[in-house]
Amino acid sequence: MTMMTTITRPVSPPGAARASLEVARRVLRKYMRTPGLSVMGVVQSALFLFCFRYVFGGAIHAGTGSYVDYLVPSYVATIVLFTGGGIAVAVAEDRAMGFTDRLLSLPLPRSSIVLGRTLADSATNAWSILATAALGFLFGFRLSGSVLDGLAALGLCLLYGVVFTLVFIVMGLFAASVQAAQGLSLIAFVFAFISSAYVPAGSRPGWLQPFAKYQPITPMVNAVRALIAGSGSDLTVALAWSAALLAVAAPVAVIRYRRA
Amino acid sequence: MSAASGGAPLLEARGLTVRFGKVTALDGLDLVAPSGQVLAILGPNGAGKTTFVRTVATLLRPASGELRVRGSDVARDPVSVRRDIGLAGQSAAVEPAMTGRENLEMTARLFGQPPRAARRAAAAVIEQLDLGEVADRRCGTYSGGQRRRLDLGASLVGAPRLLLLDEPTTGLDPAGRREVWEAVRGLRALGTDVLLTTHYLDEADELADHVVVIDHGRCIAAGTLGQLKASVGHDVIEVTVSDPARLEQAGQILRSVTCRPAGLDPGGRRASVPAAGGAGQLAAVIRGLDESAIGVDEIGLRRPTLDEAFLALTGDHSDIPAGAGPSYSGSSR
Repeated sequence: MTMMTTITRPVSPPGAARASLEVARRVLRKYMRTPGLSVMGVVQSALFLFCFRYVFGGAIHAGTGSYVDYLVPSYVATIVLFTGGGIAVAVAEDRAMGFTDRLLSLPLPRSSIVLGRTLADSATNAWSILATAALGFLFGFRLSGSVLDGLAALGLCLLYGVVFTLVFIVMGLFAASVQAAQGLSLIAFVFAFISSAYVPAGSRPGWLQPFAKYQPITPMVNAVRALIAGSGSDLTVALAWSAALLAVAAPVAVIRYRRA
Repeated sequence: MSAASGGAPLLEARGLTVRFGKVTALDGLDLVAPSGQVLAILGPNGAGKTTFVRTVATLLRPASGELRVRGSDVARDPVSVRRDIGLAGQSAAVEPAMTGRENLEMTARLFGQPPRAARRAAAAVIEQLDLGEVADRRCGTYSGGQRRRLDLGASLVGAPRLLLLDEPTTGLDPAGRREVWEAVRGLRALGTDVLLTTHYLDEADELADHVVVIDHGRCIAAGTLGQLKASVGHDVIEVTVSDPARLEQAGQILRSVTCRPAGLDPGGRRASVPAAGGAGQLAAVIRGLDESAIGVDEIGLRRPTLDEAFLALTGDHSDIPAGAGPSYSGSSR
């Protein structure tokens, strides 16, 4: 019974950096130890890519080049819209099971809760992006420009990974339940499918074209394609959308976490 | 730095009001609780117990009024409060994909423990709460009681001065409840203050030194267990009649002597009433029963139970007279 006396009180609360890394470490441990998250994400990604490439691909006419070269860059750019639902669900689960309350009752800086999760989930998104890019090459994709252009395009995809991590965190924070978080994250599917990611935007009926043209995903995937071809077209718009999404989602996440 | 000093009360609430939109969960709550105690917050569902604990834990901000925890104001100095408290909620807030030890070490580091101290704190809690056998297994495999004990342990690794337990045994089987009770008693013996909410009155009876009853967001009674029981209207006269058909009549006699409506329990053939006049009234009741020739199996004067105190105070049960407790000024029925 006297064991308790050996616990000394901490001299000071943890600093922001240490606390963020600790929060991130737990998210990563959960991800890596839950095959449903780390392995199934890649399996799902492979299945979708397979379907687009070999099932629908033959019926889609995407300009002059081959469909695989049209599809893979945008598929890699948007993969986080499919895997990101897991982030929203995890955030909602933490709230439902009291884990978030525990974090909020501890003396760590509250910004570390968001920062730690963003770090960890940006890393898991990076893993999805890299794995999907590798699958793309396996399914026949080849770079049309230089390797450097390809790396620039990959870097832009990784930036999107960070942006959408925060967007999905916000969804998880606003969802009333875990199931609602799952449902809410389907909104991302709408944006992904009604963009130029898998089918050229011009192939849609007229009433749908303004949405396809002016929503963020279209310039974001166009910029990735352009970078691979060695062009900077759409890059400014894509970066502006990324900055805007971050500028809204990051403060909303920090403020909303306090009331989680 | 922590403003907590030896002289400050454990909790001090003045006109504490917490709202969720239009709903007022705490409505001008006043409360002073001394240090060195296990304090139990009792109240019917929806009374504001959990809201109160969450406000103490700095998870909710008061709309008005103030709340000090060991002298630190929850709104102005929440970090000092967070350094002083450990929270274990209604659900077991542990990461199922991590082992018990990993969970404890993580929480210790988030309290601010350096790595070596975090490992020591985790080991000490594992020993204290008897989790040695399962400490290196993932929590996803734990039983309900084990998981709740681990959650309790996680709130201890920062050596908090005040432990907050929100319905710590809800949903546990009797063995699991006993495990948690033992752990709480051990902590009190070591000098940790404990604030717990419960809707099990036996739990308060087992653990608490000091009890606060809240209803409709206000404190309606506070005191030691003995004081609370006494506040219901002194002792209770209880009669068990031989013939259930005469129970109603026995109740009338109790009423005529004490001027209070009697509580009737037809199944147990029992009638009871608070008796401010004590033994003198008991004698009058016996005479009355004798005159009406009502056969009696058992009759006596006893201390009220915590259940009676609670029901009288919260007015949840019309059979039991609303008590004239000294600190009670709410609505009786």
